[in-house]
Amino acid sequence: MKTTDTSSYHHFLKVVDCQQACPAHTPVPEYIRLIAEKRYTDAYMINWESNVFPGVLGRVCDRPCEPACRRVRVEEKPVAICRLKRVAADNKDDIYPYLPKVPTQKNGKRIALIGAGPASLTVARDLLPLGYDIVLFEQDMKAGGMMRSQIPAFRLPETVLDEELNYILNMGVEGHFGEEISSLKKLLQANFDAIFVGTGAPNGRWLEIPGHEQGCTNIETGISWLSSVTFGHTSSIPKRVVVLGGGNTAMDCCRTAKRLGAEQVTVLVRSSYDAMKASPWEKEDAKSEGIDIKPNYTPIEYVIKNDQFIGVRFAQVESVYDKFGKRTLQETGETLLVECDQVLVAVGQDTAFPWIERDIGLRFNKWQQPALNKATLQSSLEQVFFGGDAAFGPENIISAVANGHQAAISIDLFCQGKNTEDERPESGFNLVSQKMGIHDWSYQSSIDHQARNLVPHISWDEAVKSLNTEVELGFDEKLALEEAQRCLNCDVHTVFNESTCIECSACDDVCPMDCINFVDVGDTDQVENADAQHLLSQLRVKEINPDQELLVSAPLKTGHIMIKDEDVCLHCGLCAERCPTGAWDMKKLVIDNIGATIK
Amino acid sequence: MSFIKSKFHHPRIPTNDLGLNYRDYEGSLSTLCAGCGHDAITSAVVQACFELSVPPHQVAKMSGIGCSSKSPNYFLNKAHGFNSVHGRMPSVATGANMANRDLIYLGMSGDGDSASIGLGQFSHVVRRQLNMLYMVANNGVYGLTKGQLAATADKGVTNKAGELSLFTDIDLCIMALQLGATFVARSFSGDKKQLVPLIKAAISHQGFAYIDIISPCVTFNNHKDSTRSYDYVHEHITTAAIADFVPMKKEITSDCASGEGEDICLHDGSLMRIRKIQDDYQTTDPMQAIVDIAKYKKKGEILTGLFYLDPTATHYHEINNTCDMPLNQLTQDALCPGSRVLTGINNSFR
Ligand SMILES: Cc1cc2nc3c(=O)[nH]c(=O)nc-3n(C[C@H](O)[C@H](O)[C@H](O)COP(=O)(O)OP(=O)(O)OC[C@H]3O[C@@H](n4cnc5c(N)ncnc54)[C@H](O)[C@@H]3O)c2cc1C
Ligand SMILES: Cc1ncc(C[n+]2csc(CCOP(=O)(O)OP(=O)(O)O)c2C)c(N)n1
Ligand code: SF4
Ligand code: SF4
Ligand code: SF4
Ligand SMILES: [Mg+2]
Repeated sequence: MKTTDTSSYHHFLKVVDCQQACPAHTPVPEYIRLIAEKRYTDAYMINWESNVFPGVLGRVCDRPCEPACRRVRVEEKPVAICRLKRVAADNKDDIYPYLPKVPTQKNGKRIALIGAGPASLTVARDLLPLGYDIVLFEQDMKAGGMMRSQIPAFRLPETVLDEELNYILNMGVEGHFGEEISSLKKLLQANFDAIFVGTGAPNGRWLEIPGHEQGCTNIETGISWLSSVTFGHTSSIPKRVVVLGGGNTAMDCCRTAKRLGAEQVTVLVRSSYDAMKASPWEKEDAKSEGIDIKPNYTPIEYVIKNDQFIGVRFAQVESVYDKFGKRTLQETGETLLVECDQVLVAVGQDTAFPWIERDIGLRFNKWQQPALNKATLQSSLEQVFFGGDAAFGPENIISAVANGHQAAISIDLFCQGKNTEDERPESGFNLVSQKMGIHDWSYQSSIDHQARNLVPHISWDEAVKSLNTEVELGFDEKLALEEAQRCLNCDVHTVFNESTCIECSACDDVCPMDCINFVDVGDTDQVENADAQHLLSQLRVKEINPDQELLVSAPLKTGHIMIKDEDVCLHCGLCAERCPTGAWDMKKLVIDNIGATIK
Repeated sequence: MSFIKSKFHHPRIPTNDLGLNYRDYEGSLSTLCAGCGHDAITSAVVQACFELSVPPHQVAKMSGIGCSSKSPNYFLNKAHGFNSVHGRMPSVATGANMANRDLIYLGMSGDGDSASIGLGQFSHVVRRQLNMLYMVANNGVYGLTKGQLAATADKGVTNKAGELSLFTDIDLCIMALQLGATFVARSFSGDKKQLVPLIKAAISHQGFAYIDIISPCVTFNNHKDSTRSYDYVHEHITTAAIADFVPMKKEITSDCASGEGEDICLHDGSLMRIRKIQDDYQTTDPMQAIVDIAKYKKKGEILTGLFYLDPTATHYHEINNTCDMPLNQLTQDALCPGSRVLTGINNSFR
């Protein structure tokens, strides 16, 4: 076992579970505390700096932070982190005065961005204040990428999206809308210092089962159908619709179909209900809107009789898991014909690079994805960088943003002639004591035991009547302030100082969560040589969570060491309050350059 | 300043035979100074009662006055309790014990409370063999009144204010041994591995059990010259034997090599398993224990551990031949048996 290295931020960042889980490392507890103080603009700006689209993400983010939230390890539900982000966005004042200044004197470097999705726009936002000229090519007439073309307005109103896109576009992007890049070779010959490819994963997958060819007029991929609805090319739908697939695209398809007037919308998915890829809240909303979700059905045939499209035939399956957790689908022998007039296929998406010539030195891997350095997002053509869905296949907005930050750092290094891998900046950090008096903290250290608040929404009957009316209403101030109190302030760390500890055991006695342990190291005076099993067997709770950190001290005066299991620490500060010597202090982690922490 | 502790607890803490976890044995959040040894004693009591699956409502916490005597407020908040007058806990405990012999009596006192104002009371409760666990938090000072020297302070030490201890110190373990206590031990608040089994055994012991617990007063007696500071005790503590408590129902598997181990069977069938460190250590002779304590003291060391245990002890109710039914449960019929019985009694005196 090793004494924990507290000379860098890594241990501390891992303790802030939500922030660590957010691909862009948004300082979640910090913005929640600002909301609790009704400092909405400040809360918004903290978000904006790391995740670029707080109003958008406060509605539709995939929320990897929430399952990671420490609160689920001590009670049922996580803090409603995403909804609180929206509160900041909904209640902020004019933020233009706080946006970074873009220098009028440019640095002489020109960067081309292909695609105006969240990945490219993040690169633009990061590089413009550094003096870069940004030239953006987008085949659609407006920016936003799939945030506009795919995500329905009843989840993400256009005004919210436009506002946040404009903050970036108004920083001085040279936008070429309606301009498709059809040859990378040609673009390479134009005078750009670097090129960023953020073209997404635009191809919807088909299901090539019998009947696919003949039935083609009644079958469409979910994503092309959704964008045709967004851009007004489709405004009606037949009565009976079948959606194939169980991800978020399937959920958006079925809910949109219902709004266009379909009377009978059925989603059929081959997995079990619980194993569906769609986020739990998307599934619940779809069900609330009266959509029939049928799990455990795999499509086997599009049924066509006398040139008439009848529907889809399914085999009923059962998910069987082997001892490694690998799933196989076993047919039960039952089949089901679902008659319908329209099939929306939402079973996956792929990237598409027909416009990248294969003889220009840009290597592709065996899955026809560009071969990239994961840390730098640089391709084998050194001036070409990738990010977002184009880089690694379909993910989500926040991952695209995180990639954007990563690529912007690489492009900046590259343009300065530096090594994009070895010379990446390491973020500085600070641990700031929150002590206000002997036993007073600058944050709300007492623990709130309330259950998670539900977000208000319009009635489900109303919801399905309108394509563009936002379903969720967001938290009002009262709910927001209540919910903010549930945050455990995980960024306010328990920081231990070996030299002042007198081993009185006050901290380990008072801790409500059994985090703190003073253990004997055995026949050695070196923590490194101590038998890990011997150390762990002395912990108050021996069954540790392997995914969580231990804070291991250097030997104390008696030769014992302190091991704090960070797993379920409430950051209540009692240990520091009860320590007579200030060996524990509650210190807030402040990271200087969040972009640089994204690895 | 926090006044309450979160009710959240670790999702993987164990529960005992009653389905309770150790948090169910806590009291309110301590208002003693941060780092006070007494809080560690509190947590040892909590742990011991949890591990013994003691039903909290079958405990009576008795105390006098002092920081140490405040401690019962911080453990077992579902137990009965009486915070009595300075030095008078033994009388009140005796009264309570007379009225209800079925409860477990945990006395919590300080060295001021028991070795100064309450010394007479202390002597007599030992002598009376009251069935209880009597704990003294020994910090060498009157903590609550800001650090005056207690009668337990070693001769020649100075307190934080510079006052010299002129008189011979009183060792309550030695007194208890002389006065006939049937379970006597010394421990250290900072050594729960030793303290928790001792408390468990003392609770199981049917008779008068005394544990003297060195418990540093971090505010008034933790300075450089003190012999009750954390640093001093850490450096000078020594133990003659390690005692483990093995509850009755647990299958006994010996984990000490033959020859070094000794098992003492307690009333309820549980065991005190002793692992000797000093060869001449034994638990059967109170006079030898007194000699040992004095011998180590002379060397400047603090001897801890179980000093004496008489597993066949009797206690006040047995000595007095009181009835088995707790007095407070006797009904009016039993207490006022009527004129016929009265006549019989009167006749016996004629
Ligand atoms: C139905 C659906 C619902 C979704 N819902 C969510 C959700 O709720 N939350 C979430 O986080 N994510 C969601 N996603 C995923 C999310 O939209 C994407 O992961 C994200 O937008 C990817 O961003 P990007 O910048 O990589 O590319 P995209 O957003 O895909 O943008 C790429 C842009 O590049 C343009 N382009 C492509 N090729 C060229 C070319 N050759 N020349 C010029 N322009 C080009 C495209 O027109 C497009 O505007 C959803 C996806 C779908 C399909
Ligand atoms: C009759 C009486 N005399 C004196 C006092 C003042 N007094 C309160 S606590 C205390 C001494 C407590 O010392 P100790 O029992 O060692 O407890 P500690 O605070 O050290 O734990 C004294 C003298 C009192 N409360 N009542
Ligand atoms: S802040 Fe300290 S007392 Fe509170 S849960 Fe964490 S380690 Fe325990
Ligand atoms: S409370 Fe402070 S001095 Fe006491 S053991 Fe804990 S860290 Fe050390
Ligand atoms: S004064 Fe001493 S005995 Fe009293 S609470 Fe403070 S440290 Fe403990
Ligand atoms: Mg005292």
